[in-house]
Amino acid sequence: MKAVCWWGKGEVRVVDVPDPKIINPHDAIVRVTLTAICGSDLHLYDGYVPTMMRGDILGHEFMGEVVETGAAVKNLKVGDRVVVPFPISCGRCWFCQNHQWSLCDNTNPNAWMNEALNGFATAGIYGYSHMYGGYAGGQAQYVRVPFADVNPFKVPNGIPDEKVLFLTDIFPTGYQAAEQCGIQPGDTVAVWGCGPVGLFAIRSAWMLGAERVIAIDRFRERLDLAAGDGRTETLDYSDEDTFDELKDLTGGRGPDRCIDAVGMEAHGTFADAMLDRVKQAMKLQFDRAHVLRQAIHSCRKGGTVSIPGVYAGFIDKVPMGMAFAKGLTMRMGQTHVHNYQRPLFERIERGDIDPSFIITHRVTLDDAPEMYQTFRDKQDDCVKVVMRPS
Amino acid sequence: MAIERNVNDPERWVSAIFGAALTAYGLKRRSIGGLILGAIGGTLLWRGATGNCPIYSGLGVSTATDDAVRNVSVPYGRGVRVEKAVTVNTSAEQVYRFWRDFSNLPRFMHNLEAVEVHDDKRSRWVAKGPAGKDVAWEAEIINEIPNELIGWRSINGSEVDNAGSVHFKQVPGGRGTEVKVVLRYDPPAGRFGATVSKLLGEDPALNVQEDLRRLKMLLETGEIATTEGQSSGRK
Repeated sequence: MKAVCWWGKGEVRVVDVPDPKIINPHDAIVRVTLTAICGSDLHLYDGYVPTMMRGDILGHEFMGEVVETGAAVKNLKVGDRVVVPFPISCGRCWFCQNHQWSLCDNTNPNAWMNEALNGFATAGIYGYSHMYGGYAGGQAQYVRVPFADVNPFKVPNGIPDEKVLFLTDIFPTGYQAAEQCGIQPGDTVAVWGCGPVGLFAIRSAWMLGAERVIAIDRFRERLDLAAGDGRTETLDYSDEDTFDELKDLTGGRGPDRCIDAVGMEAHGTFADAMLDRVKQAMKLQFDRAHVLRQAIHSCRKGGTVSIPGVYAGFIDKVPMGMAFAKGLTMRMGQTHVHNYQRPLFERIERGDIDPSFIITHRVTLDDAPEMYQTFRDKQDDCVKVVMRPS
Repeated sequence: MAIERNVNDPERWVSAIFGAALTAYGLKRRSIGGLILGAIGGTLLWRGATGNCPIYSGLGVSTATDDAVRNVSVPYGRGVRVEKAVTVNTSAEQVYRFWRDFSNLPRFMHNLEAVEVHDDKRSRWVAKGPAGKDVAWEAEIINEIPNELIGWRSINGSEVDNAGSVHFKQVPGGRGTEVKVVLRYDPPAGRFGATVSKLLGEDPALNVQEDLRRLKMLLETGEIATTEGQSSGRK
């Protein structure tokens, strides 16, 4: 079959690889009908996530049709249409049973690597480095889905792939980010980064009762997408001083809830961003934390900073003093996708939201090498790439 | 309680003779320095007479090799000790029952090929050895409290002297059962040393930890997570 493989920093290739097969009794094989490149795939592409190997199959946003099931999978049958969450969860450990699916104890065969870095290991993730299990991803024609009795979410025929694909990751991720804010009536929510996760966080903040939502980015097309709902305000950080502007916009109080939907590859235009870039280039730190700093700085006293953007490793100069002085609450982590699939699917079905509004590029797997570059460099107004495997 | 013997016989004689001489010399000097020498001599004399060295005891080492001590698989203070724990989301009874059937152990202990259970106490363990050669030893259960503890050791004359215990403790709040394994093994020199190193890997603690992780996966989910045999662009 055809698969998109990581081939080194800044290089992906479409390679002919053997078809996947059932290995464990709870496995299933899914024929992929639609897959996407995630912003977090760019961290792999740019070489910021350790333990990648040449030839690893990428992709953790995919959906398709069940073509084979293992002996212990009773809930699925061949032909079922499924959307597969990006974290692989066992459904039986203490964390899964407490709905913290992405913290699953039992799905990372390389847990020791993750423990070496983080102290404790979390769930395996498709196509996201060996430290997260080394699972082959879904930017391929077929994919092996472990614990298929627990993970895939069945969707009925008739609803287009493009409307439900993002239940795999980015829609739940944006939603969890907004939910973790604990939005109260009257709240202003500021969202840094109007990429796919930021856009879904914005829509979700409205769903959860925000009074105002302010979107922050510097790319016009992204700000336009954010404002496309007719009520989200936008702030171009290349024009304004974000902190001062946010303070002015909120009567000197600061936004009640701040969402960092950017993570470790923040651009920034200020001195600390430049310093971060130098350090990152010299491998003194993995992350550039410009947005995180600004979110902590801008947030109102007693407010919440929610971090769906991915961080890995160490970051310098996190203003803990500010966070402490203002009594902030900070929420973060990989998304417990399984909690949100059904409720968000119901919203899509009801027509509350059509997640396909973020798609800018529709291509086939063969275009992956070019599309990674386009997406990374934000050329051609690229916001979201979806790929058909055949 | 009997005084623990941790000094071997030749060392005891040297200790006693030198201690006696030092005591006599120190006391003859009739000075503060002499008194200190006398006290040191007295301690050495006591050490020689009883065979107990408080410093060895404090350091957890022993040079004694007489029969009283040789009777255990891994003598006190000798060999390597590994202790690891994992929490399994099930009852203590279930983990205990699974472990008590030693023939289950190779399902999650990576280096163990097979365990043949002879009777309620005795079993034969076969492990992967160096150069593709298996190593085997006989083991017996020496201590057991149902749902709480199993202790075993290799029987005298085994190629690889080892002893181990596993403790099960159900924890409150629905958090499952803590499973703690303590292993002791005596890496002898030469061929056997190589066997043991191979058996427990370069990092025995990591090995035991990974074995326990597989135990947890097996008991909680019925399978062990793996990517072996999956597709990649490496072929």
